[in-house]
Amino acid sequence: MERVIFGDNQFFGVNHSSDEKSRAQAIRFKDNKAIMDVLDIAIDEGINTFMCTTHDRIADICKTIRENPAKYKDFKIYPCMPYAHKYANAVTELGIMGTIKQYVPGNIFSTVAKGGMAFVKKDFISMMELLIDAELKMFKGINTPVVFLQNVITDMLLGLGMTDFLVGFYNHVKKKHNAEAGFITMNLPLLLDTLEGAGIKNPIICASINKAGFRVSGSVAEYEKVIAEKRCRLIAMQVFAAGALPPKEALEYVCKLDGVESILFGASSRGNIKQSKGLIDTLSK
Amino acid sequence: MVRAGIIGLGKMGISHCAILGAHPDVDLVAVCDTSSLLNDVFKRHTKFEFFTDYQKMIDTMKLDCIVIASPTKYHGDMVSYALKNNVHVFCEKPFALNADEGKLLAKRADDAKLVNQVGYHNRFIGTFNEAKRLLSANVIGELYHFLGESYGPVVLKEKGGTWRSEKGQGGGCLYDYASHTIDLINFILGKPVKVKGTLLKNIFSADVEDAVYSSLTLQSGLTGQLSVNWSDDTYRKMSTQITVLGKKGKLIVDATELKIYLKEDNKAAGLEKGWTTKYITELTPLVNFNLRGEEYTSQIDHFIDCIKTKKSTTISSFASATDTDELITLLLKDNQ
Repeated sequence: MERVIFGDNQFFGVNHSSDEKSRAQAIRFKDNKAIMDVLDIAIDEGINTFMCTTHDRIADICKTIRENPAKYKDFKIYPCMPYAHKYANAVTELGIMGTIKQYVPGNIFSTVAKGGMAFVKKDFISMMELLIDAELKMFKGINTPVVFLQNVITDMLLGLGMTDFLVGFYNHVKKKHNAEAGFITMNLPLLLDTLEGAGIKNPIICASINKAGFRVSGSVAEYEKVIAEKRCRLIAMQVFAAGALPPKEALEYVCKLDGVESILFGASSRGNIKQSKGLIDTLSK
Repeated sequence: MVRAGIIGLGKMGISHCAILGAHPDVDLVAVCDTSSLLNDVFKRHTKFEFFTDYQKMIDTMKLDCIVIASPTKYHGDMVSYALKNNVHVFCEKPFALNADEGKLLAKRADDAKLVNQVGYHNRFIGTFNEAKRLLSANVIGELYHFLGESYGPVVLKEKGGTWRSEKGQGGGCLYDYASHTIDLINFILGKPVKVKGTLLKNIFSADVEDAVYSSLTLQSGLTGQLSVNWSDDTYRKMSTQITVLGKKGKLIVDATELKIYLKEDNKAAGLEKGWTTKYITELTPLVNFNLRGEEYTSQIDHFIDCIKTKKSTTISSFASATDTDELITLLLKDNQ
């Protein structure tokens, strides 16, 4: 993985410290061209990996990338699935069964009536695999070397003790999509113990890592201990603690942590992208 | 270890299940739901005992506490049965469809010294607590108006599906969304006791309201407005904001930031004249497990702590949740 990875929260009105800023961003990135322009700036500044949710609008971004193969030949996307709000709102409106009916391709419940495989074996892992395939469709023809499971799902499965699905995700991404599986989490120590316990060694994990302890579970000291053990390939996210830390101070902390492989950040202006990329490069030497 | 069970594995039930499952002081031993699909998933992929009959679960599993996250119309019977069996109860919001029943249950729980809590998680968010603290310290002077708002994208099309879209089941924007706003007004500013000019609007739903607008009067005499709409897709997710106007300034608070405008310096509170912004990042305590936000874990931590330390009064008790149910009844009446 590259040292610097570009994130997508800013494009979809996700701001962890201000709903107002989040609305302003949603207005600014109303058109997909505005997103593409910022991605081009990031590429120009030497960032070639874009980590993004499987938001409907990413399909358009993928289209642009496919249409310009020469320009984006080194460009990689790390898809993160699913776009959780899509499902969360659907569950409130349609219930769990209704949501599955709406999103699992090929209508799994009519398969039920016909006595298809998924029903006979009551194979929920297969159902999850169908969902993974559906979410990845939009990335056809694009280089996606790592595919992530979003934190809400990772952490939910973690709390429920449904480790089978974490392992199922890992295996399916590897076998069917020829990519590495990654897990986003707010609970790094617990996730790592759980994955190792299930036989997954040295997994790719993306977790909140910052000096302020923002979205860090347990304590900063506990995180530092786990990071130093180098038991996983780690991407640090929320390194600025949603803006609570000044850029230099924030990046000094995270760049010094031996055990952090990559740093994920999002920004909307050339100035901020250049500054953060430059600081990470300098501080990582 | 506190032995726990859960009734209802919808969105909130599953979320509570994961939080309790990861809690170091809790042994989550049983879950209950009527869905055969969930029965299959949980039996195959978790270690929890699965029940389809909640009474049987309570009768046989020797639970210390229970989390009830079933549709609202079942809350009354389930809470009552749990209390009868001496089990501490965390119940999802809104508490009871019938406010009189809610009052009775609150009294029974308090009399039995059983920990009772309702899932109004906004009470555990740092910004809202800071707003409450600043207002108690009178930083914006005598209050003359407030506005409580919640908006989000739940029902955006004309089609219906679950109990939330059926009349009289505890669904609709009033029960699902506005209950949060009303409870937060109660928490930060005081109990609302009167309503007038209520407008419950159907936008896309046939049988329930999608928006709630009304004027409220609090016990203190302060008046203000309620504006809630769950069919607003200009919001990415549910956003709740309280604005309070006083003679010395103004305060605007949501789950991510708190903005205070003061006409003069307030040295005692450490606030300067003009605008001050405080962010959630400086106001959130760490939790041991994080799923969808610290507040969901904080409220469960609080519930478990109260059980362990034998404190029966919680930050969001049955009694305070009943205030919200009473106001919902008033809003429904006023709209007729």
